[in-house]
Amino acid sequence: MRFHSVLTGAALAVAAVLPATGATLDDVRQRGVVHCGTAPNIPGYAFTDDKGERRGFDIDQCRAMAAAIFGDPTKIKLTPIGPRDAFASLATGGVDILTHRFTWTFNRDNGGGIEFVMPLFYDGQGFMVRKSLNVKSARELNGASVCMAQGTTTELNLADYFRSRNMRYSVVTFAEPDEARRAYDEGRCDAWSNDLGSLAARGLGLKNRADHVILPEAISKEPIGPVVRQGDSQWMHVARWTFAALIAAEELGVTQANVDEMKAKSENPEIKRLLGVGDDLGQKLGLKDDWAYQAIKAVGNYGEMFDRHLGPNTRLGLARGLNALWTNGGLLIAPPFR
Amino acid sequence: MRWGIPAPAVPPTSPASLHSAPSPPASGRRGFSVWRDPRQRSILIQTFFAVAVFAVFAFLAWNTAANLARYNIKVGLQFLERPAGFDILQTLLPFTERSTYGRAFAVAILNTLVLSAIGIVIATILGFLIGLARLSSNWLVARLAAIYIETLRNIPLLLQIFFWYFAILRPLPGPRQSLSLGGTVFLNNRGLYLPSPIFESGADLVGVALLLALLAATAVMVRARWVQARMGHRPPGGRIAIGMVIGLPLVAAAATGFPLSWDVPALAGFNFQGGAVVIPEFVAMVVALSTYSAAFIAEVVRGGVLSVQHGQVEAARAVGLREGAIYRLVVIPQALRAIVPPLTSQYLNLTKNSSLAAAIAYPDLMHVFAGTVLNQTGQPFEVMALTMGVYLGISLAISWFMNWYNRRVALRERPP
Repeated sequence: MRFHSVLTGAALAVAAVLPATGATLDDVRQRGVVHCGTAPNIPGYAFTDDKGERRGFDIDQCRAMAAAIFGDPTKIKLTPIGPRDAFASLATGGVDILTHRFTWTFNRDNGGGIEFVMPLFYDGQGFMVRKSLNVKSARELNGASVCMAQGTTTELNLADYFRSRNMRYSVVTFAEPDEARRAYDEGRCDAWSNDLGSLAARGLGLKNRADHVILPEAISKEPIGPVVRQGDSQWMHVARWTFAALIAAEELGVTQANVDEMKAKSENPEIKRLLGVGDDLGQKLGLKDDWAYQAIKAVGNYGEMFDRHLGPNTRLGLARGLNALWTNGGLLIAPPFR
Repeated sequence: MRWGIPAPAVPPTSPASLHSAPSPPASGRRGFSVWRDPRQRSILIQTFFAVAVFAVFAFLAWNTAANLARYNIKVGLQFLERPAGFDILQTLLPFTERSTYGRAFAVAILNTLVLSAIGIVIATILGFLIGLARLSSNWLVARLAAIYIETLRNIPLLLQIFFWYFAILRPLPGPRQSLSLGGTVFLNNRGLYLPSPIFESGADLVGVALLLALLAATAVMVRARWVQARMGHRPPGGRIAIGMVIGLPLVAAAATGFPLSWDVPALAGFNFQGGAVVIPEFVAMVVALSTYSAAFIAEVVRGGVLSVQHGQVEAARAVGLREGAIYRLVVIPQALRAIVPPLTSQYLNLTKNSSLAAAIAYPDLMHVFAGTVLNQTGQPFEVMALTMGVYLGISLAISWFMNWYNRRVALRERPP
C-alpha cells in the first residue's frame, strides 16, 4: 500500500511535467491538428451553427492555419475558452493559438508568457441604449449604470472614459457577456457596453433589437488579433504570415474561386511568389511551397472571410470601416511578400 | 500496523533477552534483521515514505518554477500596489478606479464576508424553522416543509441564483417609476435606496452611551441568570436591559441636540444619487444561498432532534413543561450535539458557494479578484493562490469557531 502511494505520487509528478518547449510547429505536425482556443459563443465570430458545426470569423483563422500547415483546413481542434482562462491555457501549452477576440495591449503582450501576432480586426468599445431614453451620444451618459462583461479591457476603458469627462456611473460586471446582455435587457442598466462588433453580434439575442440603438462613439481602440506563446518565433511567423497572406490575397485580387486559375496562369510576380510558383517562401517558414495557396483555397482572402461572417449581407451587417484595406481607407496592410 | 502505523507490537523476543543474548554470529545477516524487526522496519519504511513525499513536492515546486521561467511568466506580489483602474459595484471601503489592486482585494474579501455572514444567519434561522416544521404533527405543515427541502436541495444552486436574480429584476420598475415609501426609501430595478445617516459633532458621545448601555445590559442579564440559578425565580432583567439600551443613547442624543441628519436618495438623471443602496445582485445572492442552504440545514436539524430519545420529551411532559419549553430546554440543547458538527459543514458550503456570485455580477472575491484582477494583471498563480488562501482562511475560522461552540454544547459529564 505504501509503495502504491509512492507510485501514485510519482505518476502525478510525471503527469505534471508540461509538454515540450519551443517548437510548436513540430508538436502540431506530430499531433496532426492545430489546437485553437476560441470564444465559446459569439455570433459571426465563433458559434455553433444549426448543423452543430463551429463557424465564424475566428474559426476560419484556425482553418487557415491548418490549411497552411497540413493543406487540410479540417485538421483543427477547437476549444471554446472563456477570457478568464484563455491566456493561462495558452501559456501552459493547453492550446497552440488563440483565435479569439482579444485586444492587443502592452500588459498582455509583456510578462504574461504570451504575445500577439497582429491585429486582424479593428474594433472600438461602444454603448447600446434603449431608444426610449433619447440618448444620442455617449457624452449624455452621466450618472448611468452600465452592464458589461468582466475580464477584458472594456472595464478599464469605461473607467477612463467616465473619469476623464468627470462623469459619474456605476458598473455592473458579469462573468459572461451574454448574462450582461440579459441583465441589460431586463432593465438592470441604462446602457450596455462592449466592443461595437460584439454589440452587433450579441445584440441579436435581445428580446426586441429594434428598441435599442448603438451610440455612434467608439470610446477606445481595440486592435484584436490572434495570440501565441511567447518565445517561439517560428510558430509566431507561421501565424503572422499565414494571416498576412490572406490580406495580401485581397490586395492582389486573389479569391477562393480564382486561386487555382491564378496559380496556373498569373504572370504577376507577387502573386506567383505568394502562391509558391517558382519561389520557396513557404520553406523559410518550415512549410510547403503552396502554404498560402492552401490557406486561400480553404477560407478565401480576408475580404471574403469578413463578408462571409460579419459583412453587410450577414445578420451582423458590419461595414468594413477600419477593417478595409489600406488602399481603401482602412488599416489592413500586409507586409510585402518578397 | 500493516498501514505503517508504528504499533508496539509483541516482539518475538523481549528487549531484555535481546540485550543479554550474544551478538549475532554472522554480520552479513544484520541488515536482514532490521527488516524483520517490525518496529525498525516501520521506521525505515516511513522514513523512506516521508522522503518520497517530500521529493514529490520538491519536484512539483521545482518543475513549476522551471516552467514559469521557461514561459517567461513573472511571479511576485508587487502588482498589488499598482492602480487597478476599474470600478466595483458594491464597496464597503472607499474605492475609486485610482485605488490599488490590493484595495480591490480587500473590498472583494469584505463583500464575500458580508454575503456569507448574512447568508449564514438567515439560512440558520430558516433551516431551524423548516427542520422543526418537517417534524410537526400537522400534516400540511410537515408536507410543505418536505416539499421545500426536496425541491430546493435538488436543483443546482447556479440555476437558483439566476432564477432569483431575474425573478427579482423582472417585476421591479425602472428608476423613474420607483416604488417610494414616504419619499425617503425607494425601490427599483437598480436596488433598494435607503437614507444613510450623517453623523455630526457629538455623535461619538451617543456612540459611547450606546456602548455603555450594552455593557450594563449584559451585566443585568448575567445577574438575572445567576439569581435564577441560585434562587429559582428570575428577576426582571430583559425589560431593564432593553430600556437601558434605548434610553441611555436617547438621553445622550437629546443632550447633544440630536447630532444626526440623513442623506436622502434623490433621482438625478438616470439614477438615484445619495443615500445607501442595497443592490439586487446582493439580495438575489442572499436569497439563493440562504434558501438553498436552509434545505440542508433543515435536514440536519431534523436528524438532530430525532436523535434525542423520545423518553426525554415524555419525562419533560411528565414534570409539567409546556411544549415550547420542552423544545427550548430539553430537546434543542441535546439535539445541538448532533446538529453542530454537520451544521459547520453547511456553513463552509455556503461560504464557498458564495463564489458563484460572479455569475450575476455581485462583486465578491471570485468575481473581482480571481476574475477582473487576474485578467488585468496576467498573474494567475499569485491571484489564485491568494484567493484560495482567503477561502481557506475563512473556512478555517468558521471551523474553529464552530468547534469551539461544539465543545461548549457537547455533553459534559460530571467528574467522578
